[in-house]
Amino acid sequence: MDFELTEFQVDLAEGVRRLCEGRFGLERIRALESTDHVVDRGAWTELGDAGVFNLRVAEADGGIGLGLAEAALVFEELGRALVPGPLVASHLAAGLVDGADTGSTVVGVVERDGGTAGGVAPVLIEDLADLDVLLVLSPDGVAAVDPRSVDAVAVARPMDPLTPLWTVSHLPGGTPVAGPDTAAVWLRDGAVLTAALQIGAAAWTTELAVDYAKQRRQFGRPVGGFQAVKHLCADMVVRTEVARAAVHAAAVTADQPDVGDPATAAWEAKLLADEAALANGRSSIQVHGGMGFTWEVPVHLAYKRARVLATQFGTDDRLAEALAEALAGSLADPPA
Amino acid sequence: MDLRYTDAEQAFRTELRAWLAATLPSLPPKPSPHDWPGRRAYDTHWQRLLFEAGYAGVDWPAEGGGRGASPVEQLIFKEELERAHAPYVGVNFVGLLHAGPTIVAEGTPDQRATYLPAILKGDHVWCQGFSEPDAGSDLASLRTRAVRDGDDYVVTGSKIWTSHAEVADYCELLVRTGPEDSRHRGITWLILPMDTPGVEIRPLTTIAGSTEFAELFLDGVRIPVANRVGDEDDGWRVTMVTLSFERGTAFVGDLLEAVELLDSTVALARRTGAWDDPGVRRQAGHLRAELDALWALTKRNVSQAARTGVPGIGGTVFKLAYTEARQKLGEFSLSLLGRAGLAGEDLEGLDGGGPLPSETMVEDWLRGISLTIAAGTSQIQRNIVAERILGLPKEPAPTASPGTGR
Repeated sequence: MDFELTEFQVDLAEGVRRLCEGRFGLERIRALESTDHVVDRGAWTELGDAGVFNLRVAEADGGIGLGLAEAALVFEELGRALVPGPLVASHLAAGLVDGADTGSTVVGVVERDGGTAGGVAPVLIEDLADLDVLLVLSPDGVAAVDPRSVDAVAVARPMDPLTPLWTVSHLPGGTPVAGPDTAAVWLRDGAVLTAALQIGAAAWTTELAVDYAKQRRQFGRPVGGFQAVKHLCADMVVRTEVARAAVHAAAVTADQPDVGDPATAAWEAKLLADEAALANGRSSIQVHGGMGFTWEVPVHLAYKRARVLATQFGTDDRLAEALAEALAGSLADPPA
Repeated sequence: MDLRYTDAEQAFRTELRAWLAATLPSLPPKPSPHDWPGRRAYDTHWQRLLFEAGYAGVDWPAEGGGRGASPVEQLIFKEELERAHAPYVGVNFVGLLHAGPTIVAEGTPDQRATYLPAILKGDHVWCQGFSEPDAGSDLASLRTRAVRDGDDYVVTGSKIWTSHAEVADYCELLVRTGPEDSRHRGITWLILPMDTPGVEIRPLTTIAGSTEFAELFLDGVRIPVANRVGDEDDGWRVTMVTLSFERGTAFVGDLLEAVELLDSTVALARRTGAWDDPGVRRQAGHLRAELDALWALTKRNVSQAARTGVPGIGGTVFKLAYTEARQKLGEFSLSLLGRAGLAGEDLEGLDGGGPLPSETMVEDWLRGISLTIAAGTSQIQRNIVAERILGLPKEPAPTASPGTGR
C-alpha cells in the first residue's frame, strides 16, 4: 500500500499545471466573462493533445490508457486554473462520441434528474452554444441530442459569468448511445472528476487568501498575523486536504475495485469536495475583506464555479442520503 | 497511488489476525474503569502476551528491542487490534509511545538495558511529567526546578495531566535546569522513579468521571544525575525526537472506533424511528463521508512517512479534522438517545428491543470533549498549519510571565 503520488503522477499534474498557466492564464479566462462562448477551439484541441480527454481511452483505441487516479490529478489542475467549458462531459464522452477524445468535438452533458429542486427548477444546460453534441444522462442510459435542435433560451444573467446557461422547456429524448451500465459509471466517474475540479478550486482560493493575508497590512502588521485570520486559512487547508484524500481514494478505488466500493467512495468525495470548494471560496472572500466583495478580485469566480459544480453529478442532499442508505444497508435490519 | 497491500503486508495481517483470534479469548474479564491496580494488571498482562508473540514495540526500531515494522505494518497492526477489539495500550501508553522511544534514541547503553526490555515486557509502567499548571500550550515556559547537588538533581515543582501516575513505576520528567527565562534552551529530561521520597500524587477527576489524570507535587525530590537522558539543558530537543515518533498512525484505533460508533448510532436511529427524518439520515451520511475520508488521509500520511522516514504535517491536519468530526458524532448520538442520554448506564427501552446504549455513548460524548484540547489544542494546531504549511507570520515572541522578575 502506497497512497502517495508516483513520480509519474506528480509529473503529469505539473505538466497540466504548466499548460494551464501558459494557455489558460487568468486574464485570458476573464476575457470570456459574460459571453456566450467560453470554449476556445484551439485551446480545447490543445487540452486534447495533452490527453485531458483521451487519458482513459485504451491505447489500442488511440488513447493513453491511464486510470481515474491520473484523470483526477489532471482535473484538479484544470479546476485550480478555472478552465471553463464542459471538461468532465467531454472526458466521459471520449471513446463514445467521435472526436471527443481529441478535443475536435465539444461534448456537453445534462442530467435528466439532476438538481431539479423537486421538479420546480427549470432544465438548465451549460455551455450550449459551444457544444457539438449534447448528451442527456439518466440512470437509464445516455442519449445524444443535436444541440442546434434544442429549443433553448439563453439566460441573460448567469450566476457564474464563466458558465453560460440556457433554459429549455423540454429536453428531447435523443438517440440512445449507451445503456444503464455506462450511465452508472458516468454518474460515478463524473462525480469524482467534478470533485477533483472542486479541490483544485479549493486549493486556489486558499492560495489567494494566504497571499492577500501576507501582503495586506492593518494595525501595522500583515492581517495574516492575526489568529482570527490565520485560523480561517488553516481551516481551508484542512478542508482541502481531507477532501483531496477522499477524491484520490475514490479515483483509486474506481481503478482498483477490490479495495472498496467505488460508488460510495465517489459520493463521499463529491460531498466533501463540494463543501471544501464552497466553504473555501466563502472564507477566501472574507479574508480579502472589502476587496473580496469586488468583481475585480477573482475569488468570486471560483466561488460561483463551485456553486455550479455542486449542482452537477450529485447535490449534497442526495449524496448524503445515498451514503446514509448505504450505511443502513450495511447493518442488520432493525428490530421489528 | 496504490491502495492494495503487498503480499508481505497481507501475510503480516493474516498472521496477526490468527494470533489475535487464538489469544483474545484467553484474556481475563476487563476490570472496572476505576480499579487502577486491576487495570494495570490487565494492561501489563496484555503487553506481556504481545511481547511473547513478538508484537511488543511493533513500531520500535530493532536496536531498541522492537519489531522495526514499516509504517504500513504499524497501520495494519493498529487496524487489526481495533477490529478484533483487543485491549487498548492503556497504562503502557507513555512507556511504549513516549518514554521508550526517547530512551531508544537518546539513552545511554545502561539506560537502554535497564528500561527498554521492562517496557516491552509490561514490567514497568511509565507516566509523563511534562505539562505544568502554568505551562500548558506553552510547554517551554515550564518552571519545575532542578538544582544539581553532588550526583543528584534536587527537584521541586509540580506537574499536571500526569496519566496513570498512581500505578506508574517511572515518570519521564521535564525540569528547568537553565535560568528561569531560558525557555527551550534550559530544559532537561530526567527519569524519575515514582517511589522516590518527596513525590506526592493527587488524582484529578475528569468531567467524564474518570481518574486517569493526576497532579504531581515534587518537593526536594532527589534524582540521580545518571537518570538524565541526553545532556543537561538539551531536554527540549530530546523531547521533540519522541514527538515525531508515531508515523501517522496515532489515531488509527480511535478512528475505527468512531466508525463503529457511527454504526451503532445509525442502528439506534432506525430503532427509534429518527431515521425517517431526512436531516438525521443526511447527518449520518455526512459523518460517514468524513470518517472514510479520514481513513484515506491516514493512509496518505502513513505512505508519506514510509517514503520520507518522518511524518509530515499531515498529522496536524488529521488531528484537527478528526477531533471535530468525533465531537460531532458524539453530539449526534447523544441527541438521538433523547432523555435516555441523561443516564450514564444502559436503560431498558420501552420497545422491547433491549437496553439503549447510553453508557458507551454518554462516555464517548464526554471523553470526546478532551480531543480538541489534549496533545495540542485545536487553536495551537491551527497556528501550526497556518505558520508551517502556509507561511503566515508567526505568533509574537513569548514575553516573561508575571512574577518571573524579567
